[in-house]
Order: sequence, then structure tokens, then C-alpha cells
Amino acid sequence: MNLLVTQRSFRRALVGDADDAVTHFGDATAALGLAIYHNAYRVQLVDCLRETFEQLNAWLGDEAFTLAALVHIAENPPHGWTLGVYGEGFDTTLARLYPDDPEVAELAWLEWALSRSFSGPDAVALAAMDVPDIEWDSARLDFVPTLELGRATTNVGAIWSAQSAGEAPPAAECLPVPAALLIWRQDYSPSFRTIDDDERIAIIQMRSGITFGELCLAQVEQLGESEGVNRAGAFLGQWLHDGLVTGIRDRAQT
Amino acid sequence: MATTPLHGFGLGLRPPHYEEFLEGRVPVDFVEVISENFMLDGGRPLHVLERIRAIHPIALHGVSMSIGSADGLDPAYLQRLRKLVDRIEPAVVSDHLCWTRIEGFNSHDLLPLPYTAEALDLVCTNILRAQDALGRAMLIENPSSYLTFGQSEMTEWEFLAEMTARTGCFLLLDVNNIYVSATNHAFDPVAYLDGVPADRVRQIHLAGHSQGRELLIDTHDQAICPSVWSLYQHACRLVGPVATMIERDDNIPPLEDLLAELAVARDLAGIRDRVAA
Repeated sequence: MNLLVTQRSFRRALVGDADDAVTHFGDATAALGLAIYHNAYRVQLVDCLRETFEQLNAWLGDEAFTLAALVHIAENPPHGWTLGVYGEGFDTTLARLYPDDPEVAELAWLEWALSRSFSGPDAVALAAMDVPDIEWDSARLDFVPTLELGRATTNVGAIWSAQSAGEAPPAAECLPVPAALLIWRQDYSPSFRTIDDDERIAIIQMRSGITFGELCLAQVEQLGESEGVNRAGAFLGQWLHDGLVTGIRDRAQT
Repeated sequence: MATTPLHGFGLGLRPPHYEEFLEGRVPVDFVEVISENFMLDGGRPLHVLERIRAIHPIALHGVSMSIGSADGLDPAYLQRLRKLVDRIEPAVVSDHLCWTRIEGFNSHDLLPLPYTAEALDLVCTNILRAQDALGRAMLIENPSSYLTFGQSEMTEWEFLAEMTARTGCFLLLDVNNIYVSATNHAFDPVAYLDGVPADRVRQIHLAGHSQGRELLIDTHDQAICPSVWSLYQHACRLVGPVATMIERDDNIPPLEDLLAELAVARDLAGIRDRVAA
């Protein structure tokens, strides 16, 4: 048996049922050793998911979390060279396992996004006092590279915040109007804020390259002259305060 | 920031001890880190590592290169590792004699190889490619294992000797791994130590293990046992003064406990008074 065939057999033994494992590797003790690798493979991946999704584990409880993790592992063998990416897609598995509890998948998505932002690219946020004197109509914003947006139909943000602070979480409930989750990293700390859909769309538009003048126009069309301009200004002020903006360029600098 | 040869006695950098290392008051000669934990785009871990690099020489120890993969190395992995090497300028870069990945599947475990001529050719090809990509010689660590292959044509130490001769790589000798494998597969650990090319050993690992139901498990969650200390002493006699570090990955005790174990290593190596400033 050449090496490639041996390693394929070993892989099957790891991901499959240890009782069906190929035992022709060696002597009678090979099955014993293979069972250790078979078990260690799952234990390590469950531990990895538990560490990444700490608040989800607290929300579901150890037993339910482990069962969900084992389903995910059986369906999603790891491909990346780092365990740091193994949490990708766990929210999809949970959405299927908990179709009547949408906060479960949303909590998984939130924790995964926070985890990604933890090791995402560094960037220096623009302080409000350093905002340049520019022509605002043509101003375009650069955002931190760790910025991520997701949808929230439940009070998942409140659940995560309470549990992280060691407090009793609120009961899960659906929001009256679907909202969004904004995730980014401030210095070295992952952060998030629950935002309304208008702000989510505004961020998407600004990231796609529209100018601040165009954002104001869109808000004015929606809310009227005075309120629209104020809303766009409030967005900008909040983004600067959050440390979401790394640069502002006007026509002269683009 | 010039790289310096690895020497003396070191510890692994683990999150519970970050602050003490950052304060620069941990009396070690070097710090070892798991490469993959820092092959990141950015964030706090890299920042911490750069600050510690300003205080201590760094040993980069990898777990995912998979030099035993029959389908070769992952170019993206090598590129990432090279980027970290260029940024940190470590004293040594090491990984394991094992395979972790095949055809896109990654087990994230250090899986054993059959010690055949075919595997030797493959491992040597992969090491030469990795060394080329990294621009330096690597250290390769002997694994602990829970099974052997009937198809093996040589002992693990014969495999290591031939591997170093063909590739110019060095050895990271894990004394605990030798003890665990020797117990599990009923070979003489002293014969193993006597069989490896002593002049290629550049670093030694010490660690604890656990007794499984039938086999020893390389858990890195216990203190180093007397039998491993005894083997370490024998290794020191064979290879002379060589950088030694203690691996502890789980059930992590206060730093003082690990420093006390490191003091034992210093004593056994016959170096009683060398403590980093």
C-alpha cells in the first residue's frame, strides 16, 4: 500500500466509524491506536468550537452544544490549515438544527464575526478631531477592514452582552422590526452594535463608494430635507466615534 | 533585529502568561510559540508576539506544515509562514515528522507515518521545498504515536538520521514523545536516543503525558515524569548543551511551577547558574 493510499485510508478511519476503520496498517494494536486518533479528532474539533462559541455554549448548555458540534463535524470535515477558521458555517448548521429558535444561529453568527475581527487586519481609525477640512459633498469614507454586517431578527445582541457580563440573559424574543449587527475591531477589542436597517444600508452604500453628498440625498429623499441631513450627519458622527472610519477623501484626494 | 542562535532554557508562550512575559520578568533564555497562532492578518496576538520578540529570542513551532503529506505541501501555508518568519525573525523554525492533511482534508492532529523508503523520499522532498520557501534550515520534531505500520522498513530513529543527512535539516528532540512512543510500541528509548544523530539536535522538548486506558497519551497537561527526566539526562550527555523548553498546553499551572521544572532541567543538564538576565 503506497503512502497516498495509506493516508486516504487513515482519513476514512478518522472521519468515519472507528469500528469500520482500516486495521491493515500493522499489528493487532493498530485498531487500538486508530481509536485514539478517531476520538482525538472529534474532541479537538468540539473543543475548538466550544472555545470559539463560548456564549452559544452557555446559551445551549454543554450537552446540546456538543450534540450540535458533532453534527457539524460529521458534515463538515476541516479543510483549513488553521483551526481558527473551523467556526465558519456553524451558524448554518445551527439554523437547520434549531429552525424555531432563530437566536441560536444568530448568536453563532455574532460570535463567529467577533472571532474573525479579533485577528483581522490592523487599521488606524480616524479620530473625530483629526477629520480633515474637506468638501463634504464629494467625500468618500474608508472603513476599518474588520467591519462586518449581519442580520438580526432577535435580541441576540442583548443575550450576548448579558452573558458576557456574567448576568442572566433575557429570554429570546423576535425584534418588532428586523435589525442588523455591525461588527468591527477597535484597537485590539472586537466590538459590535445592533443597528437599524437604514444604517446598515447606509454603511453598505458608503463602502460601495458613494459620496457623503449622495448619502445625504438618499436620506433627504426618505426623511425630508432637515431630518435627512441630520440623519446622515448622525451616522457619520457615530461611525467616527466607534472608530469605524480610517480615512475621508474628497474630490481633490480621490 | 538580528536573529540569534537558540540556546539555554525556554518556555512556551500561552495566553494565561502573556502579561508576565510582556513585563519582561520571566527568567527564560527564549520563548517558543505555536506558529499557526500567529499566522494572522493582525490583532492582539501578533502585537503581543512582537513585543515579546523585543525581549526574548523566539522559536516558531508549527503543527500544520504536514511534511508527510503524500500530496505535497500547501503553498499558501508556506507563504503565510514565510511572512511570519520575516516579521519575527525567529531563532528557529520547527514542525513535526508527521502528516496532518491529505487532499484538502486537515485532521489537525499529528498523524504517524510508515517508515518506508517511499515515505522517506517524500518527507525529504517536502522538507527541502519548505526550507527553500523559508530560506533557512528547519528543525523537525519526532512525534509521539499510538500505532505503528506493518509496512515500516526502518526504525523511527533510522528514518530521522537519513532525513537529516539528505536534507540538512536539524532535529527537535522531544524526549517525552520518545518515552510515550517507546512505551506504546515496546521499544527501548535509550536505543532511540543512541540512534539519532546527536550533532543534528538543536533543541529539546520536555512535557508531561497521561496514562490512557491502554496506551500513554501525549497530553502536555501534566508535570514531567521521572522516567522522562532520566531520558533527558541521557540525551544531554549525548548531545551536549542544547536549547531546552517545556511544553504545557493544558491544565496550565502558574508560571512559577513551570519555572521550577525548568530549574530541574538546568540542573540535569549540568547548567546550574545560567539564568537569563
